[in-house]
Amino acid sequence: MVTRPVLVEARGISKSFGARNVLQSVDLSVHEGETVVIIGASGSGKTTFLRCLNRLETPDAGTVRIADVTIGQRADGRPADERELANQRRLFGFVFQRFNLFPHLTAAQNVALGPRRVLGIPRAQAEARAVQELTRLGLADHVNKRPGQLSGGQQQRVAIARALAMDPRVILFDEPTSALDPELVQEVLDAMRALAAEGMTMVVVTHEMRFARQVADRVVFMADGRIAEEGPPETLFGAPRDERLQRFLRHLEPQRDL
Amino acid sequence: MYFDWNVVTYAAPLLAHGVVMTLQVSAVAAVLGLLLGLAAGLASLSNSVLLRGVIRLYVEFIRGTPLLIQIFLVFFALPVIGIRLPEFWAGVVALALNAGAYIAEVVRGTVGSIEKGQSEAGLSIGMTRRATLMWVLLPQAWRPMVPALTNDLITLTKNSSLLSVISVYELTRAGQAIIATHFAPFEIFLLLALYYWALISALAYVSRRIERALPSW
Repeated sequence: MVTRPVLVEARGISKSFGARNVLQSVDLSVHEGETVVIIGASGSGKTTFLRCLNRLETPDAGTVRIADVTIGQRADGRPADERELANQRRLFGFVFQRFNLFPHLTAAQNVALGPRRVLGIPRAQAEARAVQELTRLGLADHVNKRPGQLSGGQQQRVAIARALAMDPRVILFDEPTSALDPELVQEVLDAMRALAAEGMTMVVVTHEMRFARQVADRVVFMADGRIAEEGPPETLFGAPRDERLQRFLRHLEPQRDL
Repeated sequence: MYFDWNVVTYAAPLLAHGVVMTLQVSAVAAVLGLLLGLAAGLASLSNSVLLRGVIRLYVEFIRGTPLLIQIFLVFFALPVIGIRLPEFWAGVVALALNAGAYIAEVVRGTVGSIEKGQSEAGLSIGMTRRATLMWVLLPQAWRPMVPALTNDLITLTKNSSLLSVISVYELTRAGQAIIATHFAPFEIFLLLALYYWALISALAYVSRRIERALPSW
């Protein structure tokens, strides 16, 4: 991984909500094609960090660069206006914990909405591409169903297709399986595993330690708004140094046996 | 108590003319009020501080002053600055301005109540706030808007009775004319109430049909 170029570089990301310092100067580099899994107790700041990357949350300090773009800045260094920021934001795909599909649209329309309204691709072409993405995720039979007619696992795969259809450079996953019934978790993890294998760059916040072990190139452990430890999964899970990480992993132990 | 059935049978068909005028003035005002309210409601959700401020002021003014005064302002004050409208159109403008403010609040409230994850999903695929509003939030807001809009249109229709003060010959004004010649206020006002009630019931029925016809998911 080290030989691949850096694609996303976050420097000194800080964020407070009122008096609570959720993020305290977090640095993270993600290489092209890399899968980085962020773990940590709830409240450790991992979701907020992910949302700062694509500016769903505006960090109080710090910069995010992706490829040669600094998010929130124009090429000449002046602040980006809303339209410019929207353009920069779509360099990231984002998959939400609760899917956030558009309930009034079919699966295919959900996936085609961005290409149509943002990229200006004609409807027929956008929906053909949508069907293609949905088929790739095993949803060929469901393209004309609305989210309400789909299971949670299917909805989350539609959400992944929606992100993919915008041709993002990297996809951010915010606890993508946490809202799912246990028997539906695997189909979503399998889809993500396939994406990783195809070389998609991914940053995944998750509590699925097995996924982290098997798919992550690098695991990042966050605690108290900072990165407490990071490294390849073997090292992080096999020989954790940080005392909070050791405690975190001990708490997960019984879960892993299930 | 004496109830003059003869006046009732005499007045009932005469009032039909007033019903037509009430329907006309209300319908035109409703269309304009809906358009105005939709535009103002969306503007109050925009990024522009200036635009939001202007809409705020408009809504506050309409809410803070009696409709009767607003009608007089349109009818008597506008001519002072050179805008002279016939009674019918002065009535339409006053009712539309009034309803538009309340409808703007309905639009703002309903669109604003759509779950935050929806607009975040729109932003995440590179949409601007405006595009998210148009393609994600507004389409989901139509159905929940209908009951509140129905209330506003019912109010508008009933408020049209106030236009009698500027001599729009609508239902109430027509009734008053009959009262003036036959002096049977009880019978005529009762008849007027029944006419309004029938009109509003029809409106409510149509609204329920529209609500049911709109997609839910």
